[in-house]
Amino acid sequence: MTHAADTDAAVRTGRTAARGRRKGRRRGSAIAPYLQAAPMALVFLIFFVLPLAATVLVSFWQYTQYSIEPAFTAQNYGDVFYGCLRDLPNLCTTFRTYLSTLKFGLIVWAATLVIGFTIAYFLAFHVRTLKVQVILFIICTIPFWTSIVIRMISWIPLLGRNGLVNQTLLFMGAIDTPLEGLLYSDFAVILAMVHLYTLFMVVPIFNSLMRIDRALIEAARDAGATGFQTLAFVILPLAKPGILIGSIFVVTVVMGDFLTIGIMGGQQIASVGKVIQTQMQFLQFPLAAANAVILLVAVLGGVWALLRLVDIRKEL
Amino acid sequence: MTGRRPRAFYVLSIVFGLFILFLYGPMISILVLSFQGPEGGLVFPMNGFSTHWFGTLLAGGSQVGIGSALRRSFLLAIVVMVLTVAISVLAGLAFRRRFRGATVLLYVAIASLIVPSIVVSLGIALEFRLFDNAIKALGASMGIGWIQGNFISALGPYTSGLGAHLTWTLPFGLLIMFAVFNRFDPAYEEAARDLGATSWQTFRHVTLPIIAPFLIGVAVFGFTLSWDELARSSQVMGSENTLPMQLAAKTTTVTDPEIYALGTATTFGSVVLVIVTFTLASLIQKRRRGG
Repeated sequence: MTHAADTDAAVRTGRTAARGRRKGRRRGSAIAPYLQAAPMALVFLIFFVLPLAATVLVSFWQYTQYSIEPAFTAQNYGDVFYGCLRDLPNLCTTFRTYLSTLKFGLIVWAATLVIGFTIAYFLAFHVRTLKVQVILFIICTIPFWTSIVIRMISWIPLLGRNGLVNQTLLFMGAIDTPLEGLLYSDFAVILAMVHLYTLFMVVPIFNSLMRIDRALIEAARDAGATGFQTLAFVILPLAKPGILIGSIFVVTVVMGDFLTIGIMGGQQIASVGKVIQTQMQFLQFPLAAANAVILLVAVLGGVWALLRLVDIRKEL
Repeated sequence: MTGRRPRAFYVLSIVFGLFILFLYGPMISILVLSFQGPEGGLVFPMNGFSTHWFGTLLAGGSQVGIGSALRRSFLLAIVVMVLTVAISVLAGLAFRRRFRGATVLLYVAIASLIVPSIVVSLGIALEFRLFDNAIKALGASMGIGWIQGNFISALGPYTSGLGAHLTWTLPFGLLIMFAVFNRFDPAYEEAARDLGATSWQTFRHVTLPIIAPFLIGVAVFGFTLSWDELARSSQVMGSENTLPMQLAAKTTTVTDPEIYALGTATTFGSVVLVIVTFTLASLIQKRRRGG
């Protein structure tokens, strides 16, 4: 009896101790998530939030050839939009640059969306085993482990004045003199961007497509839908989240781009990012900051609009 | 599943094939051209076949600074990789529970991904410039000789450069950790706790081994994103260049296939890296499944 009572008591005290420990852990765990999240929060605070604040701040400062002066002015924004209202309906430099950047954004977005969706659709619905899907997917991703600069340079042997494309066309007799506008042109910029960014469209769309219940497609077919109708009214709406994520990524990357446009455009094509980069080289930091703030507002506005677009449709 | 394939399958297969050709074509062309003969140029035809340009590359090459840029990029990528894994895992653990500011932190992480890189780069450069000015003013007013004599700028690969890379790698790391912990069965941890394990023991001997293969994925992401990073690096590396910056600067003055040899070499390096790490990850998983 006593023995049993002892064990009973022991178990009981053990339990209380455990409960006490658990309580202690719970009290400790109240601050644990904060400690765990702190390093990431700190990095984003120091290297993302504060820099954006510094950009907004400096965009209202004055500057000389050598230094930036902490004195308030809205002149930088005036300089960015100099002559923009006066010259209407002609476009000022800033508007023209934004329009040109937007043009690249729209073309690259449309191209990556069509190609990306087609590839994702093929992988998700026409490849039947997971193993083959994984293999084909890895084949798609391998080129993305190379430096983006190398991937841009690799167009030179193909598109250059004496490149493979011109050689082939000359050989076939399609042209008499080599085409000049293949490399260092709008075309080259768009081609390189599509080459660089299509995968960012494939991945999220593929992810969305894989989540679609296959029974829905069978149901559509049973109800008499053609292949196209199934695609347009069943698959596309369900792929919308993936399309949206891919679109946001591609559009924001292209809108802020200065490297691809610089290298593939032969440093001759303007973009908002390139304007900022050039102004920084000339140490016109407040002007560059004003341009950065405007670019940021434009990009975030675009993202917001994209998100609205989809939410509204979901509500309808 | 051996039914007859619909016609769309064959059309899409051809499209897919063309896409692969589009992805690989340019890369294959520089792969081939990097073996140009010593007299060979930047375009086809091949003028002989040699490893001449790899030789000049190894010898330090005509491209001054490539070697030191390569070493700098590699070390920075290692540091970024380690920090990305550690910080992402910690944040991933934090997000499994509710805490104040969780939503804000998530939004900031996503914003960090979509704010144009040139804006982030400019912002960090400006922040450090203001910081430099403050330090110099402090040095002048307090009469600190070291600052007045030696301090130039806090900008550098391991200060502003490291931070800029982390703003790019951490959002990816965090999103991967979300995916990992969404599929994580907490029953294992509860079992460990019921057996009397402390929080640390539970993490070290239960949670960590389960998520380890995915951490290799985070590490590969962290390394390659940093290794390739160019847009955010552009304004924040101070006086020193990373490899992509050096390459981008060279693009305007490319005259010989040495740059192709470099492209081939770095591509080879990253492909080997990826294969090795993923083999490692699948080996770990296989061994675990085997008991």
